[in-house]
Amino acid sequence: MFRRHLIAGAITAAFALGGIAPAVAQDAVKVGLILPMTGPFASTGRQIEAAVRLYMAQHGTTVAGKRIELIVRDDTGTPDVTRRIAQEMIANEKVSFLAGFGLTPLALATAPLATQAKKPMIVMAAATAMITEQSPFIVRASFTLPQATVPMADWATHNGLKRVATLVSDYGPGLDAEKAFKERFARDGREVVADVRVPLRNPDFAPFLQRVADLKPDALFVFVPSGAGAQFMKQFQERGLDKTGVRLIGTGDLTDDDILNDMGEPAVGVVTTHHYSADHSSAVNKAFVKAFKAANKNARPNFMAVGGYDGMHLIYESLKATGGSTDGEKLVGAMKGMSWQSPRGPVTVEASTRELIQNIYVRKVERSDGELYNVEFATFQAVADPAKKR
Amino acid sequence: MLTIIFDGIAYGMLLFILAVGLSVTLGLMNFVNLAHGAFAMAGGYATVILMNAYGLPFLATLPFAFAFAAMIGLALERLLYRRMYRRSHLDQVLFSIGIVFMAVAATDYLMGSQQQIIHLPEWLRGRIEVAGVAIGAYRFFLVVVCGALVVALQWVLARTRFGSQLRAAVDDTRVARGLGIPTDLIFAATFATGSGLAGLGGALGAEILGLDPTFPLKFMLYFLIVVTVGGTATISGPFAAAILLGIADVAGKYYIPRLGAFVIYFFMLVVLLLRPNGLFVRSGAR
Amino acid sequence: MSEIVGNSRERARRSAAASSRWRLPELAFWGCAVAAIFLLPSRHLLLNEIAIVGLFAMSIDLILGYAGIVSLGHAAFFGVGAYAAGLLAKSGYVEPASGLLFAGAIAATVGFSASFLVIRGSDLTRLMVTLGVALVFVEVANRFESVTGGVDGLLGISMGPILGLFEFDFGGTTAYCYSLCVLFVMFLIARRIVNSPFGTSLRALKENRMRAGAIGIPTAKRIVAVYSISAGFAGIAGALLAQTTAFVSLEVLDFARSADGLLILVIGGSGYLYGGIIGSIAFALMRDALSTLTPAYWLFWMGAILVALVVVGRERIVDCAKALSLRVRGQPK
Repeated sequence: MFRRHLIAGAITAAFALGGIAPAVAQDAVKVGLILPMTGPFASTGRQIEAAVRLYMAQHGTTVAGKRIELIVRDDTGTPDVTRRIAQEMIANEKVSFLAGFGLTPLALATAPLATQAKKPMIVMAAATAMITEQSPFIVRASFTLPQATVPMADWATHNGLKRVATLVSDYGPGLDAEKAFKERFARDGREVVADVRVPLRNPDFAPFLQRVADLKPDALFVFVPSGAGAQFMKQFQERGLDKTGVRLIGTGDLTDDDILNDMGEPAVGVVTTHHYSADHSSAVNKAFVKAFKAANKNARPNFMAVGGYDGMHLIYESLKATGGSTDGEKLVGAMKGMSWQSPRGPVTVEASTRELIQNIYVRKVERSDGELYNVEFATFQAVADPAKKR
Repeated sequence: MLTIIFDGIAYGMLLFILAVGLSVTLGLMNFVNLAHGAFAMAGGYATVILMNAYGLPFLATLPFAFAFAAMIGLALERLLYRRMYRRSHLDQVLFSIGIVFMAVAATDYLMGSQQQIIHLPEWLRGRIEVAGVAIGAYRFFLVVVCGALVVALQWVLARTRFGSQLRAAVDDTRVARGLGIPTDLIFAATFATGSGLAGLGGALGAEILGLDPTFPLKFMLYFLIVVTVGGTATISGPFAAAILLGIADVAGKYYIPRLGAFVIYFFMLVVLLLRPNGLFVRSGAR
Repeated sequence: MSEIVGNSRERARRSAAASSRWRLPELAFWGCAVAAIFLLPSRHLLLNEIAIVGLFAMSIDLILGYAGIVSLGHAAFFGVGAYAAGLLAKSGYVEPASGLLFAGAIAATVGFSASFLVIRGSDLTRLMVTLGVALVFVEVANRFESVTGGVDGLLGISMGPILGLFEFDFGGTTAYCYSLCVLFVMFLIARRIVNSPFGTSLRALKENRMRAGAIGIPTAKRIVAVYSISAGFAGIAGALLAQTTAFVSLEVLDFARSADGLLILVIGGSGYLYGGIIGSIAFALMRDALSTLTPAYWLFWMGAILVALVVVGRERIVDCAKALSLRVRGQPK
């Protein structure tokens, strides 16, 4: 064993000294993509995987003379499994990038490994603000909830909504959204009349909505994870809240593009703020949506997909910038300050926080060409994550 | 207040329809069928497919949902479940969990992992006023349909020949068989009916509970809670338990939202500690 | 024939001695586990997980296989152990081995208080009571966010070296050796317990509780005792997970963990202590292989295997799997 290492070491040293290193130039760069592919958050995993594969199909698998190799594993949404898979990927498969992370705890459990192994960790979905503070190697390609929420609070203030109730799913991102909304809204001298938290695995929204109905607020701000939105919207209508003049507002998770079209009438007119809509009118996005639909049985990409797509962009471009070096610090260094045109619009990686600075759009659900879309009608330009101290 | 109670009753009725099949298999055949939710899911998906792909109206799909789940139930009973009746509870648990896993993954493969959404007809949406209390039209519909089902079930069990044969088969299978009652057939028919009811429950519940491939796992606990709290010997036991649980759950979430998820579990614990064999136990029942 | 004649006490002693004697396959089993340190250097993390889950399943075996209590909520104690170990480390006491004892003691205490709930009732009732307790625990941990970190999990745990000597490494070698040692020690303790008169009285209780009571076994006390011990075992398994992954999240208390534990035990077979460990090996290998092949649909094949396992008969398949797993473990990749 020891002798074999010695020989291998000697050979590597010989190549390095000779400055030729042909074996290294042909080397594969491995990207470990860890996603929830089964369980309640499976659709997150599917969207991201599809987008990542699309990006690779469009941009080839050779970057800076290296072959990109993708390894996809299912973590079932359980943090200790995510962590073990990440650790094995680093130790055995020798991956150069960790990517994916569908939920906040999954990213948090893995963060110390990224620091320890000095591997860039691209968060493609998880949206709690604190994640990027856990390791200097984390770069986020999605968004943070305060980022999407604060513009909503501003919009509500500008549109004369005085008494607003909040209803969020009772876990990290939901609490983040609740806090961001409350603080911003209070700063503007408005009142949050109730803050209702719904258990994550809640089959029935009825009692919570009844509570809101009894308070008769001007509007209800909602964060539920994508997927639960449809059910929520129907019960909102069933309870007659739309008739009594309670406006439904929220982050874009509520009107997730993945299932928006199936939501039907109850969704029409709902106003949300988010960083991505499949309806975004730019050439880049049109091409992205078309290619995504073609590759995935006509399924519409949602904000998870765009996170995966931009995450791959970060990986490709940082590798180009380092000339194929897989040194973690160099790669993260290359990602900092990087700007490009994403399907969602212009984005920049803020160097100090490793979060995206991006436009947040105010959208309204409308019917166009017989399908429901989040139609953007106002833009908050270049929003940085408001939760970070600068 | 009345709205809350009514919501609770509607929710409880739904739970009952979903769980009654499980109560029957458990009580009658002493079989722990954790895969019960899979039949409910089958019914839900039948409704979704018929409505979205074939344009059938919601009401017309309900019989299909029942029939589809009942057929799957019957096929599985004849092929697999029948061999499991005499096995230990642990084997049954292992077996039915395996069925759940397969159902979850197969549904995911065939239908995708996203939430399925059904579109109710106009007259079932929105709210209606009954005696000054505003209630959801769909919840009212649920209470009516489920209430009718409960009455029908009770009637079949108590008044028909099939019902008395079934009760006999449950009380003592060997003697019943000796008397010339075709117990095998009765068990198969009962299993199929239970599965069909679950399918119907799945179709009715898709609107309120949502429908995605993890449905059987998500609601397994609720079914079990209804059945254990209600006891397995009668129809009325689980029914009362489901209504009570429904009201407790909804009221708990309304009045103490921060502890909302607790209430139903806590309620179950308290009941089971006071009445280990369920709230409503017929004396002499197994 | 005539040699068998002897007083019953002598016979009992001899049979106890026979069942507690070490046999060759057992030695080979532990030999393989140790050999895996050297033969499978790249799978130490998976092996570590197998050892932890094996210990957890063994704790369920103590109550199921020896006292006949079916529990669907044993993750409650696994979770209590995990949080105890995690919080202890976070408060600044970072030595793992003593942390383990602390966590085990806490979990056993909690198990002791919970045991009074499972004395009464039928199988199904007890199943639901254990389940209910676990579900309430999840909610409690979720509520006390300031202590447990809620859904985000307990962050910032950093463990010190074991006994001040062995630092945890990245490849998981220390973690596996540590977990294996703990598993072995716990196994020895469990073996001692089930082969003692106490263990024999438990089995009597499992066979027929009324009759056991009639011959003077204090059934309630026995159940309380074995349940507390088992909770302690589960707590130590949870603590191992917390220490070797330096992270605790609500999933340690999850219903899925309890169900997996029971499933694993039933796969491996209950009532002979090795069931949990063997089941854990089989389960982890199947899951690992299947989810590498098909990350999205491995659950289907897992289900198919479970159904086949029951329909075809566990014994036959387990024998095959045992032979297979031994071969896999014996062969370096």
